[in-house]
Amino acid sequence: MLIQAKDLPFRELNRQINAAGEQSVTLQGVMGQRFIASGLKGKDVEINGIPGNALGAYLDGAHITVRGNAQDATGDTMNEGSIRIYGRSGDATGYAMRGGSIYVQGDSGYRAGIHMKAYSAKYPVLVIGGAAGSFLGEYLAGGVIIVLGIGHEAEGKAPVGYFTGTGMYGGKIFLRSAHVPHDLPPQVDVREAAAQDREEAYAHVAQYCAYFGGDPHQLMEHRLLVLTPSEESSYKQLYCAQ
Amino acid sequence: MPKDYIYPEFEIVRNEGRCTVCRRCEEQCANRAHAFDAATSRMTAEDARCVDCHRCVAMCPAHALKIVQSSHTFRPGANWTRDAITDIHRQAGSGGALLTSMGTPKDYPVYWDKLLINASQVTNPSIDPLREPMETKVFLGQKHTHIQRDESGRICTELHPQITLATPILFSAMSYGSLSYNAHESLARAAQELGICYNSGEGGLHEDLYHYGPNTIVQVASGRFGVHPGYLKAGAAIEIKMGQGAKPGIGGHLPAEKVMGDVSRTRMIPQGTEAISPAPHHDIYSIEDLRQLVYTLKEATDYKKPIIVKIAAVHNISAIASGVARSGADIIAIDGFRGGTGAAPARIRDNVGIPIELALASVDARLREEGIRGSISIIAGGSIRNSADVVRAIALGADAVYIATGALLAMGCHLCRSCHLGRCNWGIATQLPELVSRLDPEEGKRRLVNLITAWTYEIKEMMGGMGINSIEALKGNRLMLRGIGLTQKELDILGVLHAGE
Ligand code: SF4
Ligand code: SF4
Repeated sequence: MLIQAKDLPFRELNRQINAAGEQSVTLQGVMGQRFIASGLKGKDVEINGIPGNALGAYLDGAHITVRGNAQDATGDTMNEGSIRIYGRSGDATGYAMRGGSIYVQGDSGYRAGIHMKAYSAKYPVLVIGGAAGSFLGEYLAGGVIIVLGIGHEAEGKAPVGYFTGTGMYGGKIFLRSAHVPHDLPPQVDVREAAAQDREEAYAHVAQYCAYFGGDPHQLMEHRLLVLTPSEESSYKQLYCAQ
Repeated sequence: MPKDYIYPEFEIVRNEGRCTVCRRCEEQCANRAHAFDAATSRMTAEDARCVDCHRCVAMCPAHALKIVQSSHTFRPGANWTRDAITDIHRQAGSGGALLTSMGTPKDYPVYWDKLLINASQVTNPSIDPLREPMETKVFLGQKHTHIQRDESGRICTELHPQITLATPILFSAMSYGSLSYNAHESLARAAQELGICYNSGEGGLHEDLYHYGPNTIVQVASGRFGVHPGYLKAGAAIEIKMGQGAKPGIGGHLPAEKVMGDVSRTRMIPQGTEAISPAPHHDIYSIEDLRQLVYTLKEATDYKKPIIVKIAAVHNISAIASGVARSGADIIAIDGFRGGTGAAPARIRDNVGIPIELALASVDARLREEGIRGSISIIAGGSIRNSADVVRAIALGADAVYIATGALLAMGCHLCRSCHLGRCNWGIATQLPELVSRLDPEEGKRRLVNLITAWTYEIKEMMGGMGINSIEALKGNRLMLRGIGLTQKELDILGVLHAGE
């Protein structure tokens, strides 16, 4: 079903998406409407144009394709489903997501994947094809973030901004990078990806290539770093009882 | 003796003449302060382990126990008090920030106690609540300033969603994890019976409590624990936690050892992991950003749930509240600095924030000045201790109040301020099954219902005395208050006259 989104306010647009009788909904001419597909389940939504902030917040199983760039807070606290973005995404992509996946073809802004958490069968995956901004994976508690750095290989630095993984206490970040970020905080350990890590990363890289093109084998022929929370610097030693 | 030995603050006094050596105290004390000495066949006590929770005192069948404050003293001094000295010894020994719980014990002014309530004489006679109908019901949510009518004159204004409370009191946010399941169930059952709401706190909602939804406020904090569309739709309203009075600027942290079993399931994080909610929502840096979170929640729940934004009472509270009122939020909850907590850094709890009385008065005044008071309801919290405090809060401009410490006390809490240790002997702030089972949810409910029923009656009596028969007519009615022993500045901020004026 096709919805002409141009000039529709977000509340009306969402109402039409929810009311659509068909599983698959295509939005034409989206121009910055916020909150598209909040809490949506059981639908496939294709967005042509530029969705506004908070696309797919609390997403509950719907599949979203964006033919354009996404703005801030995409997939905030999403529970299930998928978002793939044929373009770049703004700040706070995948904030506190608990399940499902977000694939960004290009770069992502600040604070991507912060507070992500995993729980039993739920394991959120955030893949950023280009570079990520500062505070990537801050307070990461679970799930996996992969930054491929495609097109940033020659920059002489890791494809991330400052303060990667600050306050991280769970989960995993893969960086396809020849360089270790120079300012990793003490609570983050960094190591070369082992065979098992590569296997894990490959599955998501293959999915990335299935969406956006490219050869996963070729992409994986590159230095791959794994960032995990360090055992020692837990939050426990911070306090004493008064 | 170790260098930093700290003499116990409390002494356990056993009346040997009364003690029958039944060993009840030994069994009841999770801090293991009592022991049986087989050699002498007598009970012994380890004062250093006692947190002064009175469980043993209450349970001793022979009434043989009392806990007294130790008379042991440093050389007395008004500046370097016992606390000031021992805090330094503790920190020098551990290198840790001091952790504590419940509301601040420091001697800050309690403005409630300096506000006297009016009663009518001769004219506008008082009303007898036993004879006359008295309305304590309140609706929380945005109100319209204008009524719209269609061509045929019928009212066609679409009302904003509201929370309906039979009495202007709600149980404020205390998460499952910091509280036991039985404490949560007591609150839920009581809220249902009373026609009010309790608040899930930020730890998600236990699956067995979903059917209390119409009497539940579900909370969304920066950590987003247990938040999913079903949770958001489960409650009567959604609260965004921006801050907490006991620890403004500080987030939440449930230690890994408490994230077990059902707590882990409800928070939707693996067992044995830390549950950290940082102070800021890292996607909120402005009122515009807050507005965005408010609207994602409204969109996800089809505009059927009022959104509450809870903030701590801090210096610029009225400007902040004015921003919140423009964020699309339906209700603002302001939490004063005397409010309780399951765990907070002592320095924050005891030094940061401002009293709810001043915060509430200045927010109400500011929103009126700006002509937007009607676009948001106000819930005031942070140490409401009795029905007279409720009346004063409403007269200062609150639509309703949040109580938490009072509710815990009703369930058996003795304010030992050691919730952060996780061994609450009263089965409230603990996850240890043998302790949790000490609180029977039916009994907890009964005591909460008793408390709120009694308060509601007292509120009606005070309203009746003032000649007011509807709580709405008391709201922001500062003429019903007079200050006593306050400076002109304090009176100005509170917006009340001095007694005798
Ligand atoms: S901690 Fe509580 S139960 Fe234990 S000895 Fe002290 S007052 Fe009694
Ligand atoms: S809830 Fe329990 S641990 Fe906390 S102050 Fe009350 S009695 Fe003490």
